[in-house]
Amino acid sequence: MALRNLFQNNLLGKISHSSRSFSHRYASTLIIGDHKDGKLDPITLSCVTAGKQLGHEMHCLIVGDGVENAAKELSKVDLLKKIFVGDNPAFKGMLAEAIAPLVVELQKTNGYTHILCGANAFGKNLIPRVGGYLDASPISDIIGIKDDSTFIRTIYAGNAVQTLKAKDPIKLISVRGTNFEKYELSDSANVPIEKLDKIDVKVDQVEWISAELSKSDRPELTAASKIISGGRGMKSGDNFKLLYDLADKIGAAVGASRAAVDAGFVPNDLQVGQTGKIVAPELYIAVGISGAIQHLAGMKDSKTIVAINKDGEAPIFEVADFGLVADLFKAIPEINEKIDKYLSK
Amino acid sequence: MSLRILVGCKRVIDYAVKIRVKPDKTGVVTDGVKHSLNPFDEIAVEEAVRMKEAKAAAEIIAVSCGPQTSQETLRTALAMGADRAIHVDIDAAAYSNLQPIHVSKILAKLAQDEKIDLIILGKQAIDDDANQTAQMTAAMLNWPQATFVSKVEKEDGSLKIVREIDGGLETIKVKLPAVLSVDLRLNEPRYATLPNIMKAKKKPIEKKTPADLGVDITPRIEVLSVEEPPVREAGSKVKDVDELLGKLKELGRI
Repeated sequence: MALRNLFQNNLLGKISHSSRSFSHRYASTLIIGDHKDGKLDPITLSCVTAGKQLGHEMHCLIVGDGVENAAKELSKVDLLKKIFVGDNPAFKGMLAEAIAPLVVELQKTNGYTHILCGANAFGKNLIPRVGGYLDASPISDIIGIKDDSTFIRTIYAGNAVQTLKAKDPIKLISVRGTNFEKYELSDSANVPIEKLDKIDVKVDQVEWISAELSKSDRPELTAASKIISGGRGMKSGDNFKLLYDLADKIGAAVGASRAAVDAGFVPNDLQVGQTGKIVAPELYIAVGISGAIQHLAGMKDSKTIVAINKDGEAPIFEVADFGLVADLFKAIPEINEKIDKYLSK
Repeated sequence: MSLRILVGCKRVIDYAVKIRVKPDKTGVVTDGVKHSLNPFDEIAVEEAVRMKEAKAAAEIIAVSCGPQTSQETLRTALAMGADRAIHVDIDAAAYSNLQPIHVSKILAKLAQDEKIDLIILGKQAIDDDANQTAQMTAAMLNWPQATFVSKVEKEDGSLKIVREIDGGLETIKVKLPAVLSVDLRLNEPRYATLPNIMKAKKKPIEKKTPADLGVDITPRIEVLSVEEPPVREAGSKVKDVDELLGKLKELGRI
């Protein structure tokens, strides 16, 4: 009922007539792209790979305040048939209240059977709101696709793997980026872009005020091929400098366990685990981290895991490929000192 | 404006328990396993109680959907400071197929019936890890949502919220009525004291059914199987830094 009111408000002017010719008989997929400061977020390309496995015609929607460059990047994704771009100051802050009604309108116009978004803070915030409007039960954080209604995801902090069949006609899916390769851009592709100029976004219930983002030259956690994480054993925020030094030498991102975040050593966006970020780099070095279930949930799919801990009985050693039982305050400086001669040139 | 607050309370396997998958792959073993109030919901209850202590809230209603055992978690919420509770009774068989979409519909209906101004939920349950209920409830009511909340300040007719997002924090302002989903760092939940646990036994728990609320709980998702995740091959301990770096180089990891 409330939704009807929203649309009576002429929330969305008009979406192209050509796309209306789409028949509801055909399965089709909409990918909701994400970006950071107008630059395409790579998780969008993982969604494309997931979408490819569904095998339907694929469209993409990207919105924001200044997304021209992100749209250009998307036009190099040869699998897409069309890109909808909503460039509007009202999308600043990417509020779900502004975006969800637009997704609903696009779904109703084009009859998408599948809507995919990355399972990051943006996607987790948005997808269920769309589900509430469309009366469709979302499927969170999938790690695999069996067919276009059968999906695989983890439950209980990654300690069980669930295969489920979605019965709703519209499948709303958030995709775990680390489980799907990023689809490669093709320079020869030039996917048509349709600007949603006429949309009239009204967001009077919520106001975006500001963002306080951690500035770092190191790679972003979920995209990094190497990660060094510190836990309670680091003892203080200042001691994280040891990890930053090593990270800079090997080109790694720095992460943390919940204990280190709660103790105030590092900001919360560095947290790896069930309730933080899920990562799967080539190399994960856990320093002074005991290996609680909740932390393992976020990193146990890493290719190679190294644990450095003075407690030889710590559970982290059960998943580590290489374990070094040592005082980190001796081991890390020693690694920093010796690493140069081991680094591949 | 003194708020009427609804808080969601889910009974889940305790966070410290190592779960076991059933041999027939239909789910995880829950019988005889320690259960507790979902940790994120504890934070939700704590925040509601703090708002009441700060005279910003008039009444706190705790809600749980599930079998009779859900009343244990409601007693926990009552002992922490909730005023009364609603138990939406769902038998064990139906509960195993209950999804966030159903819970959202129940919460949305209760919010209307009880003239609620603010719904506070955990950002996710640590069993299904869905992270959906707050967002869906907000959509169904067409209320604004503030998810992954790490700070709340009440202003006149609105809430100033700090959210945990990728890359840092952001500040938004939501008009009431609203739905919040709380993150770990919002607060440190209190322990219920013995006198409060005793008092909680006298607080009312009202029982309702999804049918009373007009909510259809037909499953939207069929679980085909639940299995153990692949086990990592056991690794080895190295004797010193040189051996560690040597092995990593050999593997091409550095």
